[in-house]
Order: sequence, then C-alpha cells, then structure tokens
Amino acid sequence: MTDLTNLTVAGIRDGHRAGDFSAVEVAEAFSANVAGAKALNAFIVETPEHALTAAKAADADRAAGTLKPLSGVPIGMKDLFATKGVQTTAASHMLEGFVPPYESTVSQKLWDAGAGMLGKLNLDQFAMGSSNETSYFGNVISPWRRNDGGPNLKDRAALAPGGSSGGSSSAIAARLCPAATGTDTGGSIRQPAAFVGISGIKPTYGRCSRWGIVAFASSLDQAGPMARDVRDCAIMLEVMAGFDAKDSTSLDLPVPNWEAALSSDLKGKKVGIPKEYRLEGIDPDIDAMWDAGIAMLKDAGAEVVEISLPHTKYALPAYYIIAPAEASSNLARYDGVRYGLRDLPQGAGLQDMYAATRAEGFGPEVKRRIMIGTYVLSAGFYDAYYTQAQKVRTLIARDFEQAFASCDVILAPTAPSAAFGLGEKTADPLSMYLNDVFAVPASLAGLPAMSVPAGLNREGLPIGLQIIGKAFDEQGVLNAGLAIEERAGFTARAEKWW
Amino acid sequence: MSNSTYRIKGETGEWEVVIGLEVHAQITTNAKLFSGAATAFGAEPNTQVSLVDAAMPGMLPVPNRECVRQAVRTGMAIEAQINKYSRFDRKNYFYADLPQGYQISQLYHPIVGEGSLTIEADEKAGLPEAKVIGVERIHIEQDAGKLMHDQHPTMSYVDLNRSGVALMEIVSKPDMRSPAEAGAYVRKLRAILRYVGSCDGNMEEGSMRADVNVSVRKPGDEFGTRTETKNVNSVRFVMAVIEGEAKRQVALIESGGTVVQETRLYDPDRNETRSMRSKEDAHDYRYFPDPDLLPLELDDAFLAECRASLPELPDAKRDRYLGLGISAYNADVLTAEVEAARWFDTLLDAGAKGPTAANWVTSELFGALNRMGRDLTDSPVSPQQAAELLGLVADGTISGTIAKTVFEKMLESGDGAAAIVDREGLKQTSDTGAIEAEIAKILAANADKVEQYKGGKEALFGFFVGQTMKAMQGKANPQVVNELLKKALR
Amino acid sequence: MSIDQATVRKIASLARIAISDAEATAMEGELNGILGWVEQLGEVDVTGVEPMTAVIPNSLRLRDDVINADPLTGGNRRDDVLANAPAPQHGFFGVPKVIE
Repeated sequence: MTDLTNLTVAGIRDGHRAGDFSAVEVAEAFSANVAGAKALNAFIVETPEHALTAAKAADADRAAGTLKPLSGVPIGMKDLFATKGVQTTAASHMLEGFVPPYESTVSQKLWDAGAGMLGKLNLDQFAMGSSNETSYFGNVISPWRRNDGGPNLKDRAALAPGGSSGGSSSAIAARLCPAATGTDTGGSIRQPAAFVGISGIKPTYGRCSRWGIVAFASSLDQAGPMARDVRDCAIMLEVMAGFDAKDSTSLDLPVPNWEAALSSDLKGKKVGIPKEYRLEGIDPDIDAMWDAGIAMLKDAGAEVVEISLPHTKYALPAYYIIAPAEASSNLARYDGVRYGLRDLPQGAGLQDMYAATRAEGFGPEVKRRIMIGTYVLSAGFYDAYYTQAQKVRTLIARDFEQAFASCDVILAPTAPSAAFGLGEKTADPLSMYLNDVFAVPASLAGLPAMSVPAGLNREGLPIGLQIIGKAFDEQGVLNAGLAIEERAGFTARAEKWW
Repeated sequence: MSNSTYRIKGETGEWEVVIGLEVHAQITTNAKLFSGAATAFGAEPNTQVSLVDAAMPGMLPVPNRECVRQAVRTGMAIEAQINKYSRFDRKNYFYADLPQGYQISQLYHPIVGEGSLTIEADEKAGLPEAKVIGVERIHIEQDAGKLMHDQHPTMSYVDLNRSGVALMEIVSKPDMRSPAEAGAYVRKLRAILRYVGSCDGNMEEGSMRADVNVSVRKPGDEFGTRTETKNVNSVRFVMAVIEGEAKRQVALIESGGTVVQETRLYDPDRNETRSMRSKEDAHDYRYFPDPDLLPLELDDAFLAECRASLPELPDAKRDRYLGLGISAYNADVLTAEVEAARWFDTLLDAGAKGPTAANWVTSELFGALNRMGRDLTDSPVSPQQAAELLGLVADGTISGTIAKTVFEKMLESGDGAAAIVDREGLKQTSDTGAIEAEIAKILAANADKVEQYKGGKEALFGFFVGQTMKAMQGKANPQVVNELLKKALR
Repeated sequence: MSIDQATVRKIASLARIAISDAEATAMEGELNGILGWVEQLGEVDVTGVEPMTAVIPNSLRLRDDVINADPLTGGNRRDDVLANAPAPQHGFFGVPKVIE
C-alpha cells in the first residue's frame, strides 16, 4: 500500500472519494507522522482527535453520498487562527493557555468543508519574523539540510523554515500534513514556502476573512493556503476565501472555481519582469533560477516583457513603518485584563501591571516592532514617518497598476536567498528584514502573489519563484504557477533525519 | 451677537470667562457602534458584551448604519456641513475601561463639520439677547466601559456593557461667556437631539455628558490657558463647574500662579473640581486611521433620506407658533420638550386654535399634571379630548368657567367633554328672556351700584356681569350677558 | 534623527512595556539602526500623492441596527467573555485598584 502521507490534497480527496482508502486511515497516517516529528517543532498543539473526528464524519459522508470539498483531508492550522476550544497562542507567552470560545471564519470554512485539524502550527511570535526564531515555543526546524556539512544529515546545520508560517512550511515539506493555512503580512506565506520547496498563495487583500485571526498589521494581513502543489493551493483557497460580513475589509465577490479553471497554457499572456528586482550582489543561484523561470513561461506560450516598478527600493522601509505602526496598536489589547498572561508584581497598580505583563508576555522582536510603531505614530513624527510611508505605499501600488497595463502577471524571485541557518540573522534585525525584499511590494499593494518551487540551488536547497498578479486575478497567478510547476518538475524532498 | 456681561470680580479687576463644551451624546440605537451587542441601560455586568467589545484576539469592527445616520441627521439639524467622506481613527491609550487599547473615534476626518445653534434670550436667566453658538464638529466614537472601585478592598471591577456604545461628540466653539449661556446651550442641544431622535438626552443615565473647557481672561485679551473638566452630567453641574473653575483660575492667577492645561474631575458633593492625575501621564494618543475600517463614504440617496426624515425642529416650530399668535413665553415652553411640542401639535391638528390652546395647555393642563405628579406622556386627557373641550368653548356651547369644571370631571372620569356637558346640563344658555329676568332682579337689588355706575364708575360693570353669571350658574353666554347688561344699564 | 536612551524609555512607557537598563541600551542601537534605514523614505517625492487608505478598491459596508443578528458578534455571552480572564470577579474583570 502506498504511503498515504505522500498524497496531495487532490490525491487524498479523489482517492477517498473513489474508495481507495478511508479518511480515518489518512488521518491516522498523518497523525503518526506528526507524533514522530517532534524534532521539527512544527506544532505547538497536536490535535489528532480533531482530525480523527473529521475523518470519521468524512467516511460516514462518503457512505451517505454527501461528500464535501475537503472530506477526508486533514490539515495543519497556523496557530494564529482562533480555534474554538483549542489553545491559540500566536506563538506567544502572552496567549499561552488562551482557549478561544470562537472559531475564525477561515478555519470554520475549512471544517465546514470536511477538513480535519492535525494540530496548531508554530510560527513567529504574532507572525513577526522571517525564520520562526521568534516563537515563544522554540524555533521550527526545516526538514531540509544542505548537501554539504558532513556525512550525517542529523549533524548538519539546522535551517530556518522561513517565517512567519514556518510551522506550516516545515510540516508540509516533512509530510506531516498535506496542506496548511498560512497568513501573509509581508511574505509570511511565500518566503517559507520557497524555503522548503512547496507552494503557497497570498490572495488579493480581502479575499479571506481576517475575523478570528490574531491581527498583526490589519491593512496587510491575508490568510492563504500552503500545500505541495498549485492545484492543492487552488482547492484550499476556494474553501478559505469568501465574503464575511464580520470583516469590514472583506471583498464582497463570488469565489471563482480556481481549480476547475487551472490551465498552464499561457498563450496570449504577457509576463512582466521587473528590472528593479535585479539586485546587486544577490545570490547568483537566485538570478539563475529566475532566468530559468522566464524560459519556462516562454515555453508555456507567454510573451515576456521587461517592466519597471520604480519605487521597489522603498517598499521595505515603508513596510517597516506601516506594519509596526498598525501592530503597536493591534497588540495594545494584550494587557492582562481580560485574557492571556497577567504579571502583577507585589503592590503594582494598573499601569505597572500593563508594563510588567507586556514585558513578560512579548518576545524581543515583538517588543522591537511595538516600539518602532509607537515611535513613528508619536506626536511630531506621525507625518514624517507614517503619512510619508502611506504616500510611498500609494506610489508602489501605482507602479504595479502601470506595470499591469503591459503585462498580465509578474515573475520574480520569492526571496533573495535560499533557507539560511538558524541564528545566522538573529543578531541583526535589519538583515532579517531584508529577506522580505521581494515579497513586501505585493503585500503593500494588496495583490495576489504565490511562490512555487523551481529547483534546487548548489547547496541542494529549494528556490522558489514568485508570481504576482492583478488584483482579483488569483487565476492568472495560479495558472502561471502551474506552468512553472509542470516544467520545473520539482520532486525533490527533504531526506528524513528527524 | 450680544456680549455677556458676566464677570468674575477679582482683586485686579474684572475677568471674563471663556467656555467651550464637548458634549458626548449616546446615539439612540439598539446595537453598539461596531458590534451586535445591546445598548440598553442597567443590564447585568458584562452581559451586553460581544467578543468584539471585549477585544478578543482577531475581532473586527463593522459599523452600525443607524449610528452614521443619526450623526448625519444631527448635523443637518444644526445646519452643519456634512462630510461625504470621513474616516475612523484610533486614539491609543491604556486604561482598564478600554479593552482594545484604543478608542475608535474620528480625528482627521469627522463626519460632521461646522454648524451652529441659537440660544434664546431669557432675561430671568441672565440672557438679555439671543446668541448663536458655533459648533466646530460632530464625530462618532466608541464609549468606554465602566470601572467600579468600591466592591473589593484591593481591586477595581470592570464592566464592559458600555464599551463600544456609539457616542456623538459634539464640540462647540469657545463661544460661551457665562454659566447661563453654557446652560442654555446644553438645554438647546439636548432639545434638538431629542427632536431629531438621535439621543434620548437622559443625563442621569449618562446618555449625555459634557467635558467643560474653561479659561479666563481680562476682557479683550487673548484666550487664557484652559482646563477640561470631564464627564459633567447635568446642566446644573455644568454651570457650577464653570463658576467654580473660573473663580479658581482667577484666584490662582491673581496669587501669582499659572493655570495648567489639565484634565479635572468634578465632585458634585463638594461642588469643586480637582486635577485628575491618573490620566495625566500620557497625552500622546498616536492617532492614525483605523486599518480595520475603510473610509466612510456617504452617497446622495443616503443624505437625502436623512434630510427627509428630519422633523420640524425647535426653532422652526417656535416661529410657527409665534405666527399663530401664540405668545413668546408659551412658544418657548411648548417647544422646550419634544413630547410637549408633539402633544400640542396633535391638539392643533385636532382643530384647536393656537393662542387659546397654548394658554390652556400651559396653564390648565400643565397645572393639572403638576398636581397629579404626571407628565405629558401619561396625561389622562388626550389631545383629541382636549380639542373637543376647547371646541365647546370656542363655539359657545360652554363658558370658560364651565370648561374648568368640565376639565376636572374629564380628569376624574376619563369621559369626553361633550358627554359630560350633556350629562351634567352644563350647556350655556343664550336665552335672552331668562337672562333679562335675572338682570332685572340684580339691578333692582343693587340700585345704589346702578347709580354709581351711571355716575361714571364704569368698573362696576364687571360686578354686574359676575352677579348675572352667578345667578345663571355659569351657564349664560358671557357675550349675551354683556350685551343685555349694557342695554339695561343705558 | 537619532533617538537616545530617554526617548527609548519614553516610547517604552507609552507602549507600556517595562524595560531594564540593559534592554534600553540594546534597543537604542537597534531602533536607531532601523529608523536610520527607514529614513530613506524621505528621498521620495510625494508631491500631490495621497496616503493609501484602501489598498483594494472597496467601500465601507454598514450593518443594520439589529441586536445579536450574528451570535458571533452579539452579546449575552458573559461566560465566554470571562472564560479566559486572569481575575474574574462576580461577573466582572478584576484589576488592581485604580485611583481616579
């Protein structure tokens, strides 16, 4: 019998439907993998019983002929999504032990579609980070190892799974779950997907409801799926997306049948190559993979055109004003009054309790961003920083708008490097921030963007390519992603050492 | 515009007080501004709290249309500029009654811009002339929760029932110069809000409260430094705060001190304000547009509906009453409270004549209600019944005197005026024969007074009228009595 | 614009985060590094450019004034609201005594 954990979402769905195996078998197989992969630290909480209950329901539904879109598919849930009755922490000490009496819209949609939950996935604390090293529950480790560094895989340097959705990326790459939810504020779906050789899509801002997702930066946060291939992303996104009256920024649009309309034939399509993304001193493997991607899309029938996104250079600094500003305010609710950690020193008053609780409950990166955000919003600096950044954001969005006059999708690298080692960038926050240089512009413009694996670099690590589409054109993004996927033929997987 | 003559007499001369008011008015709605929790007053603690109001992780605000609509209608009622584009901003600060760590408000782009209202002259209250008071803006914001300090020795208790209830903050210009003007402003504003239906104006329940900004200056000088006394919840207290705070500032300045711009709290028991140090600490609110909410854009249809739904407002109603020949005093009394005005309008609609009806309502009806300890909303006599009574007087069926009797019987029995008149035989008579007979008797019995009258003491005419009416048991038509008496005394 | 220790402390106080001397020192360097870097935004000519308000064209929807229309955003769930409270007290949230 085949290893069920090698199946994709589509494979599980179709095989279950066809009666090749039961959903319970699938859930048990993945739960066993989860239980056996503690070394990766991908899960904060494991919920095999949740997956099993959903699987039993799926098997019953099959018998009754009432199968749902994700019947029989167990998934991982990033621990930023509130799950009713299951601890939801945002990987923080602040929310350790917090059990929401409510379910996020996106996770509810997944359960309603028949999916089960294998557990809550680790992440960078409050989704702030690009390596998963800011989690209060310890960093996630990528299943990947470089192809040098000693004969024993286990002894080679531990690599970052990317962030903030690093639990999601690591778990999928290690076959602990076939798909998972992610959230992307400035690349948190795409960069980790690229680091471990899987796919992930951040849809247009507003496609997925933010209700019940622990907020980082409201104007940027978007949920999206991460999975092994493009089709699985389409299947997952169809379930996750949709209008939600509880979110004022939710898009009131029908959800297209993305999976049904998948097509890698790009004839008549134009692919833009932004010249500003050719950075000085970038890893040559990244540029080479980008060129290979260009060739693949040409092969799929697309015409390739050079485009200009002149304000690219300013995207990252603008992001590091806007996101921390919003975060400083969004995280003010963690004050030890109504839920979460309370640190009440002997004899402390209310304001002292706040300061002690927040000092204890937030990790260094979260504090750093709250501090930056507080500073840029403070009296006398607001216009120079925040208003200026939002104006630059307008210009960045305008750049894309003008570029899309001459192309349908944009192809670029996802990240400026392959996965880096744990601890390599923690000493200098700025060097970590710079890893999001290619991901952040699309976030600032609210555009759909995905990462697909394109190949391995010289060190044997996956490299992802990013496709950015017009607002609402997830289909165009998925189709271009599929064209690369088919041609790249990426089948490499991390050899098991854990 | 008049110049108030209200002055604080200090050791160095006279001081003028400058007053601006920020009135927080709870918008009358069923549900909260950004959540579906109820707003009713007096519920069990934390029962009217949604996950949104408790600022649980991942909760998001969705605005209530009615709050927007009522703010716009209120703006229209003070002829203010309505901003078709407005935004919600976050005002960031930490306090136990503020679950989100920020209040959603409107700083940069409020929904309503400049407007004004007029306070009427009221000689007795120290307002010699009518005065226009400018309104700077109206914006929508969330109310905070409530802290209770007396339930536990070392803890304060937080109740979030009010958290997220919609408020309008109505910011006046610093146009007021005396406690009387400020009192009149609050009363007028309250009347307008109640006419519009955007706020119930219930100050005891905290539906309306004012932050009172006070500064003093020598007449003609620049504005002085102001203090802000928070959450003052009655007209009387607003006036007391101004009086006390102005005196305190004058004494402070004259003794060589300076006024500090600060937040103060009013203690009604001691009738004094004190500095509120707990909120002094950080006044850097770091306002920025709420990224959970998009800009609020109002279309013409929405605005047209708001305007079309506005009722006749106090000033217009007062003018209309004056046009009907109603006295200025009665017009003021009848328009001050929306319930009275509505009751009176129904009375007019039922056919009663303006001036007579106004006199009757303000004297007879209000007098009776006062005695019974009731107000107009539970008057035992309906406007239709009152119209019937006044109609009987107008068409000569009963006299004014008999009308009083009939009214008393209406209050007792709840019966209609005509039925009472019929049953009790109170219809007045114009039977000249009967009246002439009585007149003849009276003149005969009072021959001396007849002599005096004819000798020029015309005031005695009233005496004869009274005697005749008495003899006729009040049922004689006074006009007929007048005519017949005049003839008999010629 | 470079920030000093005093500013770091002021921001930490505004943000209600207690910091030690060592943290303040470390943060001074980090924040200056980050703020120095974001200051390049000042180079951009933004004449006539409006700050971004809605990243994807969308208008603010208003909901009807109905109580508990959606139980997820309605009231009457005190137990849920208090379920995770560190110091629930007779239906209230308890906090250290506040002197106003």
